[in-house]
Amino acid sequence: MNEFDDKSVEQLEENEYTTLNLGPTHPATHGIFQNILTMDGEIIVDAVQTVGYIHRAFEKIAEHRPYNQITTLTDRLNYCSSPINNMGWHMTVEKLIGVDIPKRAQYMRVIIMELARIADHVVCNAVVGVDAGALTGFTYMFQWREKVYDIFEQICGARLTTNIGRIGGLERDFNDEAYKKIKEFLHDFPIALTEFSNLLERNRIFVDRIAKTGPITANRAMEYGFTGPNLRAAGVDYDVRVMNPYSSYQDFEFDIPVGTNGDTYDRFMVRQNEMWQSLRIIKQALDNMPQGKWYADVPDFYLPPKEDVYTKMEALIYHFKVVMGETDVPKGEVYHSVEGGNGEVGFYLISDGGRAPLRLHFRRPSFIYYQAYPEMIKGGMLSDAILTMSSMNVIAGELDA
Amino acid sequence: MSTELTIAKAPAGLEGPGFFATNIDKVIGLARANSIWPLPFATSCCGIEFMATMGSNYDLARFGSERMSFSPRQADLLIVAGTIAKKMGPVLRQVYLQMAEPRWVISVGACASTGGIFDTYSVLQGIDRIIPVDVYVPGCPPRPEQILEGIMKIQELVKNEPIRRRNGEEYKALMQQYGIQ
Amino acid sequence: MAQEITNEYIVEKLKTHFENDVVTIAEPYGLLTLVVHAPKAHEIIAWLKNDTQIQAAFLTDVCGAHFPELVGQELGVIYHLHSFVNNVRIRIKAFLPITNPTIPTITDLFAAANWQERETFDFYGIIFEGHPNLTRIMNVDEMDYFPLRKEYPLEDGTRTDKEDKYFGR
Repeated sequence: MNEFDDKSVEQLEENEYTTLNLGPTHPATHGIFQNILTMDGEIIVDAVQTVGYIHRAFEKIAEHRPYNQITTLTDRLNYCSSPINNMGWHMTVEKLIGVDIPKRAQYMRVIIMELARIADHVVCNAVVGVDAGALTGFTYMFQWREKVYDIFEQICGARLTTNIGRIGGLERDFNDEAYKKIKEFLHDFPIALTEFSNLLERNRIFVDRIAKTGPITANRAMEYGFTGPNLRAAGVDYDVRVMNPYSSYQDFEFDIPVGTNGDTYDRFMVRQNEMWQSLRIIKQALDNMPQGKWYADVPDFYLPPKEDVYTKMEALIYHFKVVMGETDVPKGEVYHSVEGGNGEVGFYLISDGGRAPLRLHFRRPSFIYYQAYPEMIKGGMLSDAILTMSSMNVIAGELDA
Repeated sequence: MSTELTIAKAPAGLEGPGFFATNIDKVIGLARANSIWPLPFATSCCGIEFMATMGSNYDLARFGSERMSFSPRQADLLIVAGTIAKKMGPVLRQVYLQMAEPRWVISVGACASTGGIFDTYSVLQGIDRIIPVDVYVPGCPPRPEQILEGIMKIQELVKNEPIRRRNGEEYKALMQQYGIQ
Repeated sequence: MAQEITNEYIVEKLKTHFENDVVTIAEPYGLLTLVVHAPKAHEIIAWLKNDTQIQAAFLTDVCGAHFPELVGQELGVIYHLHSFVNNVRIRIKAFLPITNPTIPTITDLFAAANWQERETFDFYGIIFEGHPNLTRIMNVDEMDYFPLRKEYPLEDGTRTDKEDKYFGR
C-alpha cells in the first residue's frame, strides 16, 4: 500500500507535468526568444513566450534620425535579406514625396530584392535541415550565400547590412563585374539548388520528420496575421508583389507556390519553390533590362555626382543639405508594404514636415506570426517544436525591433 | 602559386634525440591555443556573419574550433556577436558565470563592444559593462576575416598566458570589479 | 455580379451604419483613412470584417502614436485593415486623451492583435480593455514609464561612456 493507490489516474497525470525552459540562448543560432514549455513527458501541453531580448527601440531611434539615415536601421530588421527592407523604406519615402523612379532603377531593384529573397530562403531551409540533423545541406548552401554577398559587394560595398540604394533610385549602375557575377549565379545556382532538393525534398527520413508537424489552418493563419511563406504554406495565395505591385513587379511572370496544410514540410517546400521563382524573375529582369538612368531627378534627396560637388555651387549646397539631413519633407502619412522574406514588411510613416519622421512604425511579419507558435506546437513533441520554430523563420531583429 | 611553407616557430627549449623540454606554460599554451572550443552567443546580424565564418568559405574549424559548444561548462571562448539588450544582460552574465576557467571573451561587432548604432534606453552599451572582455572586434558587422583576426588574437593571448594567472591577485581584482566571485 | 468595392462604396455604407462615430474621412495616398470615436472602434472594425461585401478580414497592423500638441487627444491608435478578396486597405484611427487612454481590444476579432496591442501598451501606455494579458512585451517588466512618448529621451541617461556633447545632443 503506497501513497499512489489513493490517487486517481487523472490526479497522477496532473502532477506529472514538467516545466522546460527553451531559450533564450538557443543552439543553432536562431535568435533570442524564450519559451517556457509545460510538458507531459515529450508532449507539449502549453507554452508561454517571452520576447524583447533584443529590443533596440528602432521606432524611437527613427524619430531622431533624418530619412537617409533610417535606411541603416531598416538593414537590421530582417538582416538575412536586408536589401528588401532598404528598398521598402526607399519606396515609402518616394511614395511620400511623390516621385517616380525610372524603369531601369526599378528592374535593378527587383534583381537585388530577389537575390536577397534567395539568400533568406537559403538560410531558413538550410537551418531546417540542420535542426533535423542534416548538416551537409547547410555547408553547401552557405557557399552560395557567399556568391550572393559577392554580388551585393559589387553593387554597394557591403555584404550583410547593405544600406543599398538611395531615396530616388540606386547609388550607382551595376558595373560589368556585377552583371558577370549575376549571370554566373543564374547559371550555377540552379545546379546547387537541385542538389539540395535531391538531398532533402523526397528524403524519407526528412519528410517523416517534418510532415504533419506544426500545422496551422488557413483561417487561423489569417486571423493571426500571417503573411509570406508561412501563410502561403497554409493555402492562402497572398503575395504583396501580386496584390499591390511595386517597382514594376507587374511586368514579370512568376508563380506563387502554395501549400495545403500549413505544416513544416509545406513551409519548407514553399520556400524551395519560391527560390526557383525568384531565379525566374531575376532572369526576366536581366534579359529585359531597360536603358536609362538609375536614379530619379530628386536633388533634395539624391546625392549629386561628386564631380559636380567640387565644381558647382548648387550641387555643393544640395550635397550638404542631403548629408546633414536638412531637407524638408512633405507632411502626410503613408503606409507602404513590400514582400519580404518572411511576409509583408510594412512601413507606416507619419511626417510633420521635419527632418525626422514624427512616427515610423515597422509592420514586422516575424513579430506578428510568432504569436501563433504556442498554438502550432501544442500536442506535438519537443523535437517537432524545434523544427516548427526554425521553419517559421523568425528573425530576432525583425521580432523585436 | 607559392610553394614556400612557413613552419610555426617552436618555443624556446632543450632539444635532443626523441625529446623536447620546455616550459610547461608554453606547452599548455600551445595546446590550448589550437583547440579553443567557442560558445557562439549570437543575437543578431553579427550572428549571421559568424555563421558565415563557421561555414566552409572562411572555416573557423581550421583554427581548432571544430566543435561549437553550446554548453557553457565545456566552452573556452565566449563569442558574443550581436546586440545585447538590457533584458538580455543577466542571461549573458549567467552564461559567463557558468563557464569554467580558463575562459576568454571576444566581443564581435560594434553593438557588443559599445552598443553600436543603438544608443538607446534599451540596449546595453557594451558587454564590458557586465563581463570582462579580452578582444573587441569592431565592425557592423565585421567581415569574417576580421572575426578570424579577432580569434587569432585570442589565440595569441591563450598561447602566452601563464597558467597561474587565474589564481593571481590581478585577476581576482578584475573579477571583483565585475562583482564576480 | 460582383460589386466593385471602392473607397467611396465603403464610405457610403459606413455612413448609413455609423453616422455619428466617424469623425473625419480622408484618402492620403489612396488609402481610405477614417478617424473614429475610440469606444466605437471595435464595433466599426467588426462591421468592416463581417460585412459580406467589404470582408476586411485581415488585420495588417496595430500601432500607436503620440501627438503632444493635440491636447485632449494626445495618444492615437491606428489600425490597418486589408480585404484580400477586394484588394482594399482601410486605416482606422482613434485618438485618446493621455489622462485616460482606454480603448476596447480587438483580440476577439483578430488573434493577431494580441501582441501588437501589448506592444502599443508597452510603448505608449494605451490600455486595451478586455485584453487577455496586457503586460509589457518588449521592454523589461520593471520599466515604469512608457518610452516612446515624446517627453522621454532616446538615450539612456545613466550611461557614462558617451558624452552627449560629442553626439550633438
